This record gives sequence, structure tokens and C-alpha cells, in this order.
Amino acid sequence: MSIIELRNIRKSFGAVEVIHDVSFAVEKGEVVCIIGPSGSGKSTLLRCINGLETYQGGEIAVHGERVSTGSSSIRQVRTRVAMVFQRFNLFPHRTALENVAEGPIFVKKEPREEVLARSRDLLTRVGLGAKIDAYPAQLSGGQQQRVAIARALGMKPDAILFDEPTSALDPELVGEVLAVMRSLADEGMTMVVVTHEMGFAREVADRVLFLDGGILVEQGPPGELLSRPKNPRTQDFLRRILPS
Amino acid sequence: MAHFLSQVPTFLPILMQGVYLTVLVTLGAFVLATALGLVWAFMRVSGIAPLAWTARTIIVIVRGIPGIVTLFYIYFVLPDLGLSLSAVQAAIIGLGIAYSPYMAEVFRAGIEAIDRGQTEAALSIGMGWGLLMRRVILPQAIRVALPPYGSTMVMLLKDSSLASTITVAELSLQGKLLASSTFENTTIFTLVALLYLAMSLPLTAFNSWLERRMRQAR
Ligand SMILES: Nc1ncnc2c1ncn2[C@@H]1O[C@H](COP(=O)(O)OP(=O)(O)O)[C@@H](O)[C@H]1O
Ligand SMILES: [Mg+2]
Repeated sequence: MSIIELRNIRKSFGAVEVIHDVSFAVEKGEVVCIIGPSGSGKSTLLRCINGLETYQGGEIAVHGERVSTGSSSIRQVRTRVAMVFQRFNLFPHRTALENVAEGPIFVKKEPREEVLARSRDLLTRVGLGAKIDAYPAQLSGGQQQRVAIARALGMKPDAILFDEPTSALDPELVGEVLAVMRSLADEGMTMVVVTHEMGFAREVADRVLFLDGGILVEQGPPGELLSRPKNPRTQDFLRRILPS
Repeated sequence: MAHFLSQVPTFLPILMQGVYLTVLVTLGAFVLATALGLVWAFMRVSGIAPLAWTARTIIVIVRGIPGIVTLFYIYFVLPDLGLSLSAVQAAIIGLGIAYSPYMAEVFRAGIEAIDRGQTEAALSIGMGWGLLMRRVILPQAIRVALPPYGSTMVMLLKDSSLASTITVAELSLQGKLLASSTFENTTIFTLVALLYLAMSLPLTAFNSWLERRMRQAR
């Protein structure tokens, strides 16, 4: 069974449909990168998977369980599919350690000491063992995003969704975040990554999806889609963003 | 000045009875206005349309009526409907209701000042509405709401003098009664003003201290 499955998803804001009949599935351990121009619906698609947005048509299932914002199971689904945001969205009134431990302690009701120990390990793993007591305001953007990744991992998710995790970062801080994501991929974490980092997509992704105007235009292994795109819209997009 | 000081021991004990009622009415109304204000604010941000609409309507109505009329209504009209309250009870309830819209707006502004990303992050780790409010939104909203909350309390302290219109002998009425029987207007009203200041200044100071502490805690 696929970890994440989207069948014929349609999503509208008011009268405007922004996702048109999108279907794809993500298997366990797979890294899927979603690329596409700004406004093409990449964030909206991720947010539908996580139940942060409702959708009007089709069906999304996580581990076979239907995602719908109205149902009570949505909170269950959200604890299994974590999300990393472009703007980090750390809790500013809590330390790095508290940010990571918040969900496991208060949502999943796991034993406090055990969670704190695990959270320290996770922060060490993303290279922030020395910053566990720092507040978000005391951390650089790259450090904050790594805390956010540790927070996602703290939930022991089946998959992590990344929405342009490096887009809000100064260029010199992008590498440290991508390195952490790369190591997660190496360890077999299932990931869906919306990104403009074509180097990352090429080297880490198992599959790349190109989204344009709310339509899933083309998908394939990075070697194919990024080097020999079949669709003219994909070719056009890649020509514009890749240095020739 | 010597005249003033010589009369203080005579008048102060009588005025202190007024201070007692002023503090009682202010604190009572403050607690009630806070509770009601929280209810209105939560209704408004609940995302449930009928609740939000009801709260908005209540706020518009209460804010459109002068506090003094609300007091009259509760003290003079409710007995006709079979509900008799003492003057102090009526003052606390009336001022509590009259101030609840201001409290509601203070809390709502605080809640809405928090970035939407905070809500999304909380939801994405599986929090429900209760945890989201308690663990994420309110701790941050309090920092935003505290300064206007404190100044609302100072306003309420001063407006507690409205209770005099329904016969509560709080500080201002006590002063007026004392002045009309002794004709020592200057002494008495100076004392009354100083007593109000003695209550409001520590409040203001406490408020800025809290604010500073909250800022450091970040
Ligand atoms: N909350 C919203 N209300 C109305 N329109 C929205 C909202 N969020 C996104 N959109 C619209 O949906 C489309 C897709 O947006 P988005 O998913 O953010 O694109 P991307 O992440 O690919 O840049 C855009 O046209 C955007 O204007
Ligand atoms: Mg986006």
C-alpha cells in the first residue's frame, strides 16, 4: 500500500479551481520532488495532503485512511505526516528542545523524560546539540529550519512534507538544511519536497513531478524529467530556471 | 497646606469607606468583564459562523449603550422583571457587562496578531483547538494583549465612579456627600483625587513591570 495516495484531486478557492485532477502516489522510502512555477499549486497540494486545506473532488489517502478536514481522524493523520514550512513556523515562546518535544508530549502523550531524551538526540542529529535551550529568535534561519525538521522527526512520522524549506534562507545557509534532508533520504525517510533546488532534486529525488497551472504536467525519474523533459511546458520551465 | 493636613485625619477614615467600595466594584467588574470578554473573543475566533455572529452582535449592542444606562437598566428595570439586586451587585454586573466588549477586542486583537503559520504548525503536529489555544496562541497573545488589558483596568477603576449614580457610596459619591455636609470642598476633592491616583499609579506601574518581564521571557 502506498503511504500517500492522491486520486483525481480538485481544489478550488471560491470559484477558482487551482488544482485540476491531480493523481499520484508516494511509496514507502520514496523521495518525491515537486517543481513548478510560483502559483502553480504546489503548496496547496501539500496542504491538502496534511489536511490544512479542504479539497472539493477526488480522494487523498494516507496509509489507506482518507484525509478529510471534517473528520476526527484528521488529527491522527497529521501526527503521521509531518510538515516543514517555508517560514519554519517554530513556536517563538519555546526553546528548540520544547519545540521538538511539544507534539510528542502534549499531542501523543508520550512519557516526558523519554521524549526529552529523544528530542535532544534529534537536535544533535541535525547539528544543534549545543542549541537545545536556545529560543528561535536566537537562531539563524538555517538553524531554525533544522529545529523544524527535528520537530517533524519528533512525531515519528511515516512521511515528511517539505514546502520550499530553503526558499526563505540566505544562500549561505541553504546547504546545511539540504544536507540534513539528504541524510534523512539516505536513511529511508519518505519525503515529498516542493523545491526550486534542482541540484537537490537531481541527486536525491527518486521521482520528480512538474506542476503547472494546477495540472500535473509530467513526472519521471530526475535523470529523465530534468534532462530530457517531454512536455513543452516542462522544457520551457526548466530552460528558464536552469543555467544553460 | 497646614489646614489641609490638619483635616486629613478627620476625613480620611470616611473616604476610606468609599475606597473600599471603589475597589470592590472595580475588581468585581474587572473579573466579570474579563470572563465575558474571553467568551466573546473565543466565540469570534472560533470559526463557527453563528457563534462569531452572536458575539459580534452582543459587542455592537453593549458598546452602543452608555455604561450609565446599562447600570440604570440593571438596577431599576430588572426588579420589575422579578430580579432584585443590591446596588453594589448591580454596579459590578453592569460595569462588567459594559466593559466586556473592550476586553473582547483586547483579547481578539491579541489572538489575531499571532501569525497564521503558528496555527498551521500546531495543526500539523496534530493539535486540536484546545491545545492550539492553550499551548500556542494564548501564551503569545497574552504578551500582545497585556498593555491594553492593563489600561482597560485603569479606565475601569475611574469609571467605577458611575456606580454612584445607582446609590453606591463609592469614593466619588462619598466625597461629594462629605463635601456637601462640611463645605470643605478643596480639601475633600483634593483628597479624593489623590486617593484615585494612589490606586491607579501602582496599577500602571505593575502593568509596565509585567510587560517588561514578558518581553524578557522571550
Ligand atoms: N488562501 C487562498 N485563497 C485564495 N487563493 C489562494 C489561496 N492560497 C493559494 N491561492 C491561489 O492558489 C494558487 C496556487 O497557490 P500555491 O499553492 O501557493 O502555489 P505555489 O505554492 O505553487 O506557489 C495561486 O493562484 C494562489 O493565488
Ligand atoms: Mg508555495
